[in-house]
Amino acid sequence: MASQEPPSPLRMTYREACKQALRQALAADPRVFLMGEDIGGYGGCYAVTKGLLEEFGGERIRDTPLSESAFVGAGIGAAMVGMRPIVEIMTVNFSLLALDQILNNAVTIPYMSGGQFAVPLVIRMATGGGRRVAAQHSHSLEGWYAHIPGLRILTPATIEDARFMLIEALKDPNPTIIFEHVMLYNMEGELDPAVASVDISAARVRRAGADVSLVTYGGSLFKTLGAAEQLSKEGIDAEVVDLRVLRPLDARTILASVTKTRRCVIVDEGWRSGSLSAEIGMRIAEEAFFELDAPLRRVCGREVPMPYAAHLEDACLPQAESIVLAARELVRPS
Amino acid sequence: MTPKVHLDHNHLRHLLKAMIRIRRFEAKCVELYQAQKILGFLHLYDGEEAVSVGVMEALGPQDAVIATYREHGQALARGVDPGCLVGEMLGKLNGCCRGRGGSMHFFHRQHRFYGGNAIVGGGLPLALGVALGDKMQGRKAVTACFFGDGAADEGEFHETLNLAKLWRLPILFVCENNLYAMGMAVERAEADTDFVHKASGYKIEGERVDGMDVVAVESAARKAIERIRASSDPYFLECRTYRFRAHSMFDAQLYRSKEEVEAWRKKGPIGRFQTWLEENHLIKREEVLEMEKAIDAEIAQAVAFAEAGPLEPISDVERFVTMEEVPA
Repeated sequence: MASQEPPSPLRMTYREACKQALRQALAADPRVFLMGEDIGGYGGCYAVTKGLLEEFGGERIRDTPLSESAFVGAGIGAAMVGMRPIVEIMTVNFSLLALDQILNNAVTIPYMSGGQFAVPLVIRMATGGGRRVAAQHSHSLEGWYAHIPGLRILTPATIEDARFMLIEALKDPNPTIIFEHVMLYNMEGELDPAVASVDISAARVRRAGADVSLVTYGGSLFKTLGAAEQLSKEGIDAEVVDLRVLRPLDARTILASVTKTRRCVIVDEGWRSGSLSAEIGMRIAEEAFFELDAPLRRVCGREVPMPYAAHLEDACLPQAESIVLAARELVRPS
Repeated sequence: MTPKVHLDHNHLRHLLKAMIRIRRFEAKCVELYQAQKILGFLHLYDGEEAVSVGVMEALGPQDAVIATYREHGQALARGVDPGCLVGEMLGKLNGCCRGRGGSMHFFHRQHRFYGGNAIVGGGLPLALGVALGDKMQGRKAVTACFFGDGAADEGEFHETLNLAKLWRLPILFVCENNLYAMGMAVERAEADTDFVHKASGYKIEGERVDGMDVVAVESAARKAIERIRASSDPYFLECRTYRFRAHSMFDAQLYRSKEEVEAWRKKGPIGRFQTWLEENHLIKREEVLEMEKAIDAEIAQAVAFAEAGPLEPISDVERFVTMEEVPA
């Protein structure tokens, strides 16, 4: 009996979508290889790379020692001489040990060399809070990275984006960082079999609405969609914009939404002061001030190092309730 | 390529000329700096010429170079055209990087010159990647990674040496130990002042060489490169040298005595080599004068080329912040 390939399952976790993306990239291009801590023998600290070592071998699935600066720099150097490295950093807090390489080399070399060298490097890292792992593993620093000219910052929140953003990032001649929110890895969802790729340039309206725009990304997307559901029961029709790409920021989609709804709440796990949410608010103020019927609002992470205790951590993160509250106050001021 | 230095007349003249060329090039840089045509920082290589000249002699065009911010000599010895270097320092479009980098950031693709780097130690991890990328693509190349004694204080030095040995990458580590990290003397900064010993902590073989002796440097570099090519293991050269001038143009040199500088000047790489050549009748004084004349003409031409170059239009200032494609 001829063996038949089982149809690939379309229901999968976010983690599995990330893994399939890596597998596709490795199979498609011999220049692609992975580096990072415990990505091989251990299978990845979030099990994203589990099984890839057996499939692709140690030359292409390279376990590294705990030397973030050295292996990120190695990724930059390899990218400069023709490879397409994908570097995994366990968590965004650890990426600070490699910030010198990212800021002083990856983004400066194409510019300082007058365009002689590109750095087509992809860095993946986990971000965000909610896992009760306290202040050295829980922050959302993607807004910091979005401050840096020369980087592309991707925040896949859906299974589809987790599955297809990576392959587009590898086509980009510039250094790209993909932030995977830790609370999404176990999320299950359906993958539309008709979709085989996504763009990495535009924000997307995940829920259309008329009364208020809720602008968010990453780990806050599903909380925000939950808030929108709750608001609809109160008769408030919220639109949810998933930024997807934090740099370059798709201001057009944000402004189009705000121009339509005339109210906006920005939802971001990152700290409020000097933040991505501040940037978005200012863009709206600059470009759509006279379209607004209400002040801008923000629901952000509390400005504390993330506490361990569950009730405290929950209080420090945007939640559906706090988003609902903010939106309600804008639409129906008391 | 043999590990032996060819001590024939032509080669020895070539070594001398390469060092004098760097020295006189930089003398011109100082003039241009004083005339406020070169701006910002200017770090001179004066006294250290034998290191770059000796090491670059041992490299082939397929090999790669990671440089420091004191890289005028490294670039010239690698063969980069002096005109585009002056152009770069004058901030001109005909500079090797369109005037985007300046004195501390020379890059040159054809010469596989992967950058002057103004973050001490910042180039070391890049060397890993260049060597790894070459190895994975089957290129038989060595990456020569230059850095100073100060870089050994950075974590990136230790991370890089460890990974280079662990992954058996063909890297020649060239420590230009000029005894001071800016004003910080080696013995005030290092618990262990023996850099070769530090490398041995990562099981990387190496040796210390008199960085004021161009023949010794070339000979050591040739041996090192041959070993690297044969073994695919990294190798470490500590070149003991000395910077005759200030760290940059803003340095009162309070951290060292005039006597110390004078004592080192007597051991200078050019004077010593030239005297040896003359005493052994390998070169005549008139030949040296001829050589200097030819070099001065070349430098004058480089300056004229740079001065005549246009400025990049301000409208292009955002170009290459993001690249539209990977250059072929």
